[in-house]
Amino acid sequence: MSEGEPLIEARRLVKRFGDFVAVDGIDVAVRAGEVFGFLGPNGAGKSSAMRMIGCISPPSGGSLRILGLDPVADGPAIRARLGVCPQRDSLDDDLTVIENLTVYARYFGLPRKIVRQRAAELLEFVRLSERALDRVEPLSGGMKRRLTIARALVNEPDIVLLDEPTTGLDPQARHLVWERLFRLKQRGVTQVITTHYMDEAEQLCDRLVVMDHGRIVAEGAPRDLIERFSTREVVELRFGDSPLESVIAKLDGVGQRLERLPDRILVYAEDGDTAAAEVQRRRLVPTSVLVRRSSLEDVFLHLTGRTLVD
Amino acid sequence: MLTTLVLSRVAASAAARGQRSTAVAWRNVTAARHSAYWWVLVSGFVEPLLYLLSIGVGVGALVGGFTLADGTRVSYAAYVAPAMIAASAMNGAVAETTMNFFGKMKYMRLYDSVIATPVAPFEIALGELLWALLRGAMYSVAFLVIMTAAGLTTPLRALATLPATVLVGLAFGGIGMVLGTLMRSWQDFDYIAVGQVAMFLFSGTFAPAEGYSLVPRIILELTPLYHGVALIRGLTTWSFDWSILGHVGYLVGVAWLGLSIAARRTGRMLCP
Ligand SMILES: Nc1ncnc2c1ncn2[C@@H]1O[C@H](COP(=O)(O)OP(=O)(O)OP(=O)(O)O)[C@@H](O)[C@H]1O
Ligand SMILES: [Mg+2]
Repeated sequence: MSEGEPLIEARRLVKRFGDFVAVDGIDVAVRAGEVFGFLGPNGAGKSSAMRMIGCISPPSGGSLRILGLDPVADGPAIRARLGVCPQRDSLDDDLTVIENLTVYARYFGLPRKIVRQRAAELLEFVRLSERALDRVEPLSGGMKRRLTIARALVNEPDIVLLDEPTTGLDPQARHLVWERLFRLKQRGVTQVITTHYMDEAEQLCDRLVVMDHGRIVAEGAPRDLIERFSTREVVELRFGDSPLESVIAKLDGVGQRLERLPDRILVYAEDGDTAAAEVQRRRLVPTSVLVRRSSLEDVFLHLTGRTLVD
Repeated sequence: MLTTLVLSRVAASAAARGQRSTAVAWRNVTAARHSAYWWVLVSGFVEPLLYLLSIGVGVGALVGGFTLADGTRVSYAAYVAPAMIAASAMNGAVAETTMNFFGKMKYMRLYDSVIATPVAPFEIALGELLWALLRGAMYSVAFLVIMTAAGLTTPLRALATLPATVLVGLAFGGIGMVLGTLMRSWQDFDYIAVGQVAMFLFSGTFAPAEGYSLVPRIILELTPLYHGVALIRGLTTWSFDWSILGHVGYLVGVAWLGLSIAARRTGRMLCP
């Protein structure tokens, strides 16, 4: 592999299940040291893409090269250098916390002495040392997720694939995971993350693609995408039970763009406070007014006409 | 020069495959150390032992002695005991490769994380088979010790029998693994159980196959347990001829076929 070549390079990559096209010709290039994200709603094809990158699901079309190698011919050699944290925790309930790491490490052919030392270090890293000898079953969701992440690191991978690393976790547990992933990034470990949380994507990713129906609808750094596809600020207006159609007609011309959701109206504007004042001037009385900065959620809404988390 | 290079590559990759399959088996050893699993293991051994006691010894008192094909005269217990070893090798291998393999694949989704490592589906199948053999070999050792102690065979014959029991386990493990990948639900295991009982009762276990009429006899001689029983009985009673190679060949063939089909099916199921 030559210097500067992307670690992961997909061209017109396709995944079909029968007639159904889950991934529909995506182009992706991930560079060394980068944290790259797939953002998209349920069924967008994020996991299908990740599984192809993880060399456990053969591509149905297009080309894919990982670490300069071909996933079909060199699957085992590539997987030896990947760390995978799948969407569903697939921990081994019959084993203890530390055995989940040591047994897994043997699949990589690591010598026993190194395995023991590394397992202890990784438990320390994800703050599970006290639970080392406990069974996995009674661990909380956040602990299981952290253990899965530790397991993904047992072979000191060049690339870590994290499929929805914090879905289902409480805010505290999420922040702990984010902080650990950030440390990994500091160590120069390349990461690919899927998520349908825009705050997660904004926090973690250097660059991301927004996926919908198996296609990439936008690509760039989080801030770039927001600048490109949204305004600086957003005003969220709620009007209780009153029908929003009648209200939205009266908002014509406020801000740069309006978006009506089932329960609220979004006003896109460079200056949210000015827009909010204009709403007041038009004698509209929302039950609540929230001015916030634009996020990737707004990018997604703009590109697809739908919200990310429904 | 080039051939040595190629050969050493092949050897290295075979060693890596072996190492990874062993790692899969090792997972089961580690899991078994914790759980009530040991009791499950013991039960698979106790059942044939009870049969040996009730039928071999009990019925044997009524039947008296028994003359084998080559004229050797043995007690009925010595006639039935090797069949019980073959049956316990079958039970161990089948339980491990159908029920447990199916459960691990479909319910525990244990291999979903394993295929993300360098371990290939074929190596998973091989590793599970290795574990099934280990379990089967433990039964066989225990059984052979009991037989030797009871004077139903000699220590040397018992030693010669052990590899044969492993071969029986390998053949049934191969079949079991194919069945394990074919199972749709737990109900399907009832069919397997019926098949196992039928084989257990009729594969020349309690009475010689020569006693049946032609058609049942042909069917019976197609079952792997028949060949397993014949092979093991030949060794524990030390009364065999060249036909024993036929039994060995049949079992090797079944094992190889089972494993290669199972490996292909496992791959297709785990990597859609
Ligand atoms: N093995 C499979 N067989 C058939 N269809 C599949 C299979 N795996 C995924 N799909 C389909 O492909 C589509 C994309 O699924 P995928 O899991 O990649 O989405 P995702 O973006 O990860 O969604 P989520 O956010 O819900 O995890 C879905 O419609 C799904 O039903
Ligand atoms: Mg997914």
